[in-house]
Amino acid sequence: MIQSKSISARVGKVVVYTLIILMGLICLLPLLNILAMSFSGSAAVTANQVGLVPVDFTLAPYQKLLGDEQFWRSFMISVVRVILQLALNMVLIVLMAYPLSKSKREFRARGVYMKLMIFAMLFNGGMIPTYLVVKRLGLLNTVWSLVLPGAVPIFNVILVMNFFAGVPKSLEEAAIIDGANPLQVLMRVYLPCSVPVLATVALFSIVGSWNDFFSGLIYITKVQNLPLMTYIQSLNVNIADLVKGGASADTLASVAAISNKNLNAAKIIVSTIPLLAIYPFLQKYFISGIVVGAVKE
Amino acid sequence: MKFLHKHSQETTVSGRMQSQESMFNLMMLPGMLFLLIFSYIPMVGIVMAFQDFSAGKGIFGSPFVGLKHFKYMFSLPDIWKIIRNTLTIAIGKMLITTLMAVIFAILLNEIRVRFLKRTVQTVVYLPHFLSWVILASIVVNLFSLDGSVNQALGKLGFEQCNFLGNNTTFQPLLILTDVWKEFGYASIVYLAAITSIDPGLYEAASIDGASWWQRTWHVTLPGMLTVILLMSVMNIANVLNAGFDQVYNLYNPMVYETGDIIDTYVYRMGLLNHQYSFSTAVGLFKSVVGMVLMIGVNEASKKFTDARIF
Repeated sequence: MIQSKSISARVGKVVVYTLIILMGLICLLPLLNILAMSFSGSAAVTANQVGLVPVDFTLAPYQKLLGDEQFWRSFMISVVRVILQLALNMVLIVLMAYPLSKSKREFRARGVYMKLMIFAMLFNGGMIPTYLVVKRLGLLNTVWSLVLPGAVPIFNVILVMNFFAGVPKSLEEAAIIDGANPLQVLMRVYLPCSVPVLATVALFSIVGSWNDFFSGLIYITKVQNLPLMTYIQSLNVNIADLVKGGASADTLASVAAISNKNLNAAKIIVSTIPLLAIYPFLQKYFISGIVVGAVKE
Repeated sequence: MKFLHKHSQETTVSGRMQSQESMFNLMMLPGMLFLLIFSYIPMVGIVMAFQDFSAGKGIFGSPFVGLKHFKYMFSLPDIWKIIRNTLTIAIGKMLITTLMAVIFAILLNEIRVRFLKRTVQTVVYLPHFLSWVILASIVVNLFSLDGSVNQALGKLGFEQCNFLGNNTTFQPLLILTDVWKEFGYASIVYLAAITSIDPGLYEAASIDGASWWQRTWHVTLPGMLTVILLMSVMNIANVLNAGFDQVYNLYNPMVYETGDIIDTYVYRMGLLNHQYSFSTAVGLFKSVVGMVLMIGVNEASKKFTDARIF
């Protein structure tokens, strides 16, 4: 009896470990496949011979990619855009979260501001009216059209506000007695206490703006101004246009064969590297971010 | 003298409060200006849903047509199709992602080898941080007619299938690839919920001779129930967001029948076909329903749990 129990426990353990490893592999293998393709010869990739190990190992796709001027131009636009967005987001988040973390007695207009922000979070003018505002401001085809509409990430303001509200009052009072004004209190007391939550919202901002292709899709019409994700996306679309144009399955297959699959794989890998570079920080902070996010206002 | 002293102290305190409040207002100003320009002014632009808007005449010059665009919208067979697609895709994603995330969290909690646990976590969280532009290339690579999946099917003697161009397979493909991307990240809250279950409950269950299944069923799942319910309720607010990024990067005219959702439809009608007023009307319909759902969900979770979204 005892032995049968331990056997079933052992079998159960094997099943659990197998399932977990399987789930991990399902997430990992498609990414490894792309990595292997980016180092494989064009013929092998087209013939679908590449699994998890490169076939006919070559650096040619990466050499070719180095010569793709538009790719690197778009890469730099995305880098610039991430930096601008990050700077703007952090300044505005911190400036707004601090007064909003005060009680209604200390900051009488707080309720009005909160209502305005929550309404803007729940409801929006929609794509076309926003597009027309961006257009009227003369921002189309500039990097500012990618940055300014998302200047205030309201959810992140609320996240930081909740964190600020938990900072001990005594710290602030001590600083005020020393003659500090609110801006100094914010800079010298609140910011040093809030590194984890600030790191979380900073990472949200970086990932969001690096991955966003939609702003580029609607606000940028000149190829040379496209951010990286929209540029890569525009390459995919050309095939969809062919379908729309009523191209036959044969034409499509040959187009797919001609389009350099290993070069595309290299593009995917290079455009993912910046995210992989910050991934250790993401893992460290996003869990705390999710937990903070569940805290009520 | 004593009285005077007290009085003057009070005025400086209230004076300081006032200067502090004007400083607070000043700090709010830049952010509120951005919200005014990029959130509130576009809301004014919604009037174009009730006009025959033309760019030349502008919002103030275009003629009002009342509910014309809304009547037209609900007279189109297309609208019911895209609403149905949106709901099917969004609800399918939510249910299966939640299910997978809960199962994954329960299984992962059993893993005692720390290195394996960490590695698997690192790997399953990763797809959440990648853009659909990138992941769509990977999905197309795997599931297109000449992709790896079809090649494997061919070798095993099954009929090959154009998953991305077939109306019966496109919705399941959207749902399953989204589950693949998100289940790991979604499991984080459930893992946290399991960790917070009192270990004494497990000990008591073991002493009573409960098997792993019984402990999972009677201790772990009930311990996670509040979080599962809370997350599901919050998901309801997103029932009209079927995922523009994913659909836009994977769909094509062959699968509009089952793959077209409200967001992609608004995009095509507005920016590609230049039907500004009609597109804004469809978008407004979605925004209003979405807002009502969000407020309803918030009220419900305030009432039944002590958590709320805003």
